[in-house]
Amino acid sequence: MSEVTEQRRLKTPAGAVGMAVTLPARKPRSLWSDAWRQFRHHRLAVAGSFVLLFMVIATIVGPFLWPIPWNHFDMAEALQGPSLRHPFGTSDLGHDIFARILWGGRISIAVGVVAMLVAVILGTLIRAVSGYFGGFLDSLLMRMTDMFISIPSLPLLLLITYLFQDRMKAMFGIELGMFLLIVLVIGGLNWMPVARLVRASFLSLKQKEFVEAAHCIGVGTGGIIFRHILPNTLSPVIVAATLGVAQAIITESALSFLGLGFPPDIPTWGRMLYDGINWIEFAPWMVLFPGGAIFLTVLSINYVGDGLRDALDPRRMFAV
Amino acid sequence: MRRGIPDGGDELGATREEGVPVDELKQLEAAARAGQLSRREVLKRAAALGLSAPVIASLLAACARPQATPTTAPAAQTPAPTTPAPAASPTPAAAASPTPAAGKRGEGGLVKLLWWQAPTILNPHLAQGTKDFDASRIVMEPLADVNDAGELVPILAEEIPSVENGGVAKDAKSVTWKLKRNVKWSDGTPFTSKDVKFTYEYVINEATTATTMGNYQVIESIETPDDYTVVIKFKNPNPAWMNVFVGPYGMILPEHVLRDYVGEKARNAPFNLNPIGTGPYKVKEFRPGDVVVYEINENYREPDKPYFAQVEMKGGGDATTAARAVLQTGEVDYAWNLQVEATVLDQLEKAGVGVVEVIEGVSVERILINMTDPRKEVDGERSKLGVPHPWQSDLRVRQAYALACQRDVIANTLYGRGGKATSNILVAPERFVSKNTSWKFDLNEAAKLLDEAGWTKGPDGVRQKDGVRMEIVYQTTINPVRQKTQEIIKNAFEQLGIKVELKSIEASVFFSSDPGNPDTAAHFYADIEMFTNGPSSVYPIDYMISWYGKEDNIAQKANNWSGNNYERWQNEEYDKLFEQAQIELDPKKQEELFIKMNDLVVNNVVVIPLVHRNSVSGRKKDLTGLELSRWTDETWNIANWRRSS
Amino acid sequence: MTQYLIRRILISIPTLIAISIVIFTILALAPGDPLAEFAMNPAVPPEVRQRIRKSMGLDDPIPVRYVKWASSMLRGDFGYSFRSKSPVIDLIRQRLPTTLYVIGTAYLVSVLIAIPVGVLSAIRQYSIFDNVATTLAFIGFSLPTFVTGILFILLFSVKLGWLPMIYRTTIETEGLAGLWEKIKQALMPIMVLGLFETAALTRYTRAAMLETIHQDYVRTARAKGLSERTVIIRHAMRNALIPVVTIVALSIPGIFTGAVITEQIFRVPGMGSLLISAIRDNDTPVIMAITIIFSALVVLFNLIADILYGVLDPRIKYE
Repeated sequence: MSEVTEQRRLKTPAGAVGMAVTLPARKPRSLWSDAWRQFRHHRLAVAGSFVLLFMVIATIVGPFLWPIPWNHFDMAEALQGPSLRHPFGTSDLGHDIFARILWGGRISIAVGVVAMLVAVILGTLIRAVSGYFGGFLDSLLMRMTDMFISIPSLPLLLLITYLFQDRMKAMFGIELGMFLLIVLVIGGLNWMPVARLVRASFLSLKQKEFVEAAHCIGVGTGGIIFRHILPNTLSPVIVAATLGVAQAIITESALSFLGLGFPPDIPTWGRMLYDGINWIEFAPWMVLFPGGAIFLTVLSINYVGDGLRDALDPRRMFAV
Repeated sequence: MRRGIPDGGDELGATREEGVPVDELKQLEAAARAGQLSRREVLKRAAALGLSAPVIASLLAACARPQATPTTAPAAQTPAPTTPAPAASPTPAAAASPTPAAGKRGEGGLVKLLWWQAPTILNPHLAQGTKDFDASRIVMEPLADVNDAGELVPILAEEIPSVENGGVAKDAKSVTWKLKRNVKWSDGTPFTSKDVKFTYEYVINEATTATTMGNYQVIESIETPDDYTVVIKFKNPNPAWMNVFVGPYGMILPEHVLRDYVGEKARNAPFNLNPIGTGPYKVKEFRPGDVVVYEINENYREPDKPYFAQVEMKGGGDATTAARAVLQTGEVDYAWNLQVEATVLDQLEKAGVGVVEVIEGVSVERILINMTDPRKEVDGERSKLGVPHPWQSDLRVRQAYALACQRDVIANTLYGRGGKATSNILVAPERFVSKNTSWKFDLNEAAKLLDEAGWTKGPDGVRQKDGVRMEIVYQTTINPVRQKTQEIIKNAFEQLGIKVELKSIEASVFFSSDPGNPDTAAHFYADIEMFTNGPSSVYPIDYMISWYGKEDNIAQKANNWSGNNYERWQNEEYDKLFEQAQIELDPKKQEELFIKMNDLVVNNVVVIPLVHRNSVSGRKKDLTGLELSRWTDETWNIANWRRSS
Repeated sequence: MTQYLIRRILISIPTLIAISIVIFTILALAPGDPLAEFAMNPAVPPEVRQRIRKSMGLDDPIPVRYVKWASSMLRGDFGYSFRSKSPVIDLIRQRLPTTLYVIGTAYLVSVLIAIPVGVLSAIRQYSIFDNVATTLAFIGFSLPTFVTGILFILLFSVKLGWLPMIYRTTIETEGLAGLWEKIKQALMPIMVLGLFETAALTRYTRAAMLETIHQDYVRTARAKGLSERTVIIRHAMRNALIPVVTIVALSIPGIFTGAVITEQIFRVPGMGSLLISAIRDNDTPVIMAITIIFSALVVLFNLIADILYGVLDPRIKYE
């Protein structure tokens, strides 16, 4: 550990220009520790991490602490504005919205993040491979991407529901089965932009000097893709990833309107938003809180992503 | 007219309307109300017309409430199966519209209608949904239509056939219609009985693939002794003779236009997108799935009508923004089928721009209980006839289910003006509605019944018996109101110790006739399912077939799940009643039969009726003359629609 | 280059065939029924519905149906809609102008706003401008269009009464007044869609710019004493455009299929609403026609993007 610190201290004065030159020689370990140091100094990123962490903990622990269960409803208390008893107000059936935001957050955050990861990993892998090798494989994978872009998602989703819903339920139980199906479906439908973005960067990067250099010193193809090129395509991927979380959370709500998804009585943020929209004038809290929760999550993920990217880009010093 | 609209749109509304000027009976009633006729005169005239007792009673009741409506009472006939006229409850529409006095044709300018489902075809016999019928009805006309009271109103017919006037044969094996003279198609060709006969030939040809065909299969032949007489012969005595050439399914097609488009060529007819009709309007522009613009049919038989020069029927969008457009911004004059949460609708109406029109519907939101076991697969099918459900075949369990449904809460909080709690499956026409049934919500009694049946709570709170756990799947279509209903019922069931898994399915999947699709209502691979249904005719025999227990009527693999009986409930007594009702001509006996059928289904808890649904639409305050009827298209009397100054 | 083009175009033919087979199969296997609406209607008994299904050819084996469809497609015949019984091509022709006008304008506006905002955000990273732009972008992205659409209606139609909430294709007013009416009714859909698209595109532009402005050659350009403007536009932006071009090229075919939710809220009769109602009605001929045109556009614009990469970065070779 001390050796790493030493190394970095030595390099810091070299400044930005020197960094680019030293990059290929760097050891990965120092890259990460360097990144951590940079990240810590990115105030918004740190704030984002805290908010995100807070939301995750709140949604995991919250439902146990909050006295009103998420599935309890009392029509006598329907459509009440925020109060001490119901800090986020109540829905048209008299659900406590706070309890539902906490509970639904588990699903929404998990779906958002996991589906995004599926999309990004799938997209990155497919495109990294095709972008690097080019030629026939590129052509084939690119046509596949075209195909996925062209398929209208609605019938595909109906087909998937029809083919797999019962099987997944039988195999993993209702909740886990549905969760897996949903993240796979959302991920499986959203990897194409990532793939094309990564490929575009690849086309340009693989002609660059440092790749040639790596070739010359005998680094294998896999090494070049994963160690040298991929980290350089991170920037658009991180944007796609943060936007992907929001998209996944919203898409999840759309899915439940196709009968694909969690049973209709399970609240998720997207679904609560959709359910609340008709009440927007008369009970704005039904829209405001789920909408705010999605916004806050996505915004914090974005800042964390920003911080990560800055931190992982060795050429740049963070702006303080 | 019943609606089954996919997309969660499925069928909140039933339809409505009435026709003022053509309906002589109405005029008599109006005259009575206006105090122009004394009770005695009313009695005399009514008797001369051969009116049935309940109708006369209602006319007399009208005498008691003087209203300003000038008119005289010409001859009129009522159909045999008439219901008591709604004496004590004139529809709001009727109250708002005195019989239209002579106005000038076309002086009203443009009237804008909004259907949140867009019409895609204007040939009513190839229609694929309510919106297509509604859009066609502005151009096309049937021989007669049905007003909200369930009475026939002559449209292209001169008078309504009845046993009294000899129009309906004593054995009900034939019916004779006299047609109006001097009616012209919008291209100027005269309308004759040949067109009626042609319509039958067009529809009955299998290659035409008319969706209305089902109604016409009862016909043996049609004769046209002269240009203005049509004799329809039925295969069997047919108390439901008014199902043909009447209402949405009965619009008459022009022979001279469609002659060459019968059978497979039907789909190529330009007529489908630009129909020639006898109605008040003709099509000016039609963009399928978007909008229809109509202009006046100059050949329309009533010289001072219609009032509006143009009609624009815009389609698409969703019910809530449709409600906003008519109630909040007033961008449209009329909006169809406002399936919007009760409280939201009330709030929107407060804007004061528009008015919500509510009329009682014909359909009931219900829960069907599966009599067979949806979990056990036998010979490649689940829910197979002869494989009884492990607990739902026990009446006590079904009774417990019914006791756990809080119908008033569902009706009041979720439907509001859109419906009321009911204990019947047949809620219209009035004369067939049973008064013998009732419902209550009582979880204690329900629990007692379940205990008695041997299903007791296990350590985890779920009831079980011999190691079988009471876990049910409850399916319905995707629709916010239905999902909330599911939630309320699940809550009560779980208090009872019944574990409930909710399932919601895309409407076009749920209502599919595809035999390979296991998620349909007919496959019923669940323990209970929920949707809305109701009769399409004032003689609701085609609706009561849903519980007829003959083997080929039961939805199952052998008939590709095309049977009408989804619950797989079989009851000899019901079957006998049903077979009797198919041919019964005596109105009194008809009533007995239908009420008994209803009671059998309800008391055996084959179905849990939840909500008797109303039809809700919106109109701008100054739009008058509407006579919505639950039995037909809302546009049926559009010639009478006016704008009050 | 020419050789590359020819080869790519040749490859796209089997690609499109493969795509059409896959889509057709999915449509055929997916559950649903064109006559589902009549399911509970006693006047339309199940056997009538099943007969109509059959007459539409829905019960034929999938390969047979595909061959039928493909052979008429090759003759330039898109077939007849199950629903409206009219030629599919007419339906598409009716919808295309509105789609291009409303959805196309929205995309154009979003590109015109997003690129400068994204670039500026990147140059002034973490400035107030950047933070405001970021926050707005994420509001735009976390609020789905069904929420912003209703908010706009409440503000502009209900409260202020400035704009109509229903899009009409039948405006007959002549002259300037008519033109103004046509513009007015398109404003809200354009804003709603534009907001959403701008939000995403701004983020991509910003990220791409950030990546390039710290590159060595940009520093070199600065060191040469070039003006900041020249450095940004000529050196940094050019490279940054690669991901932006990718995203834009991906979304242009999307104009053709429209924006389903926005079209639904404002009742814009565009391709999106045609596609979605065709899907809901299981109107296979319409779905196939739209998706085939769409996939042809996807293939075409990906090709254009690939060519643009080469223009933007001459080091990229066509193989």
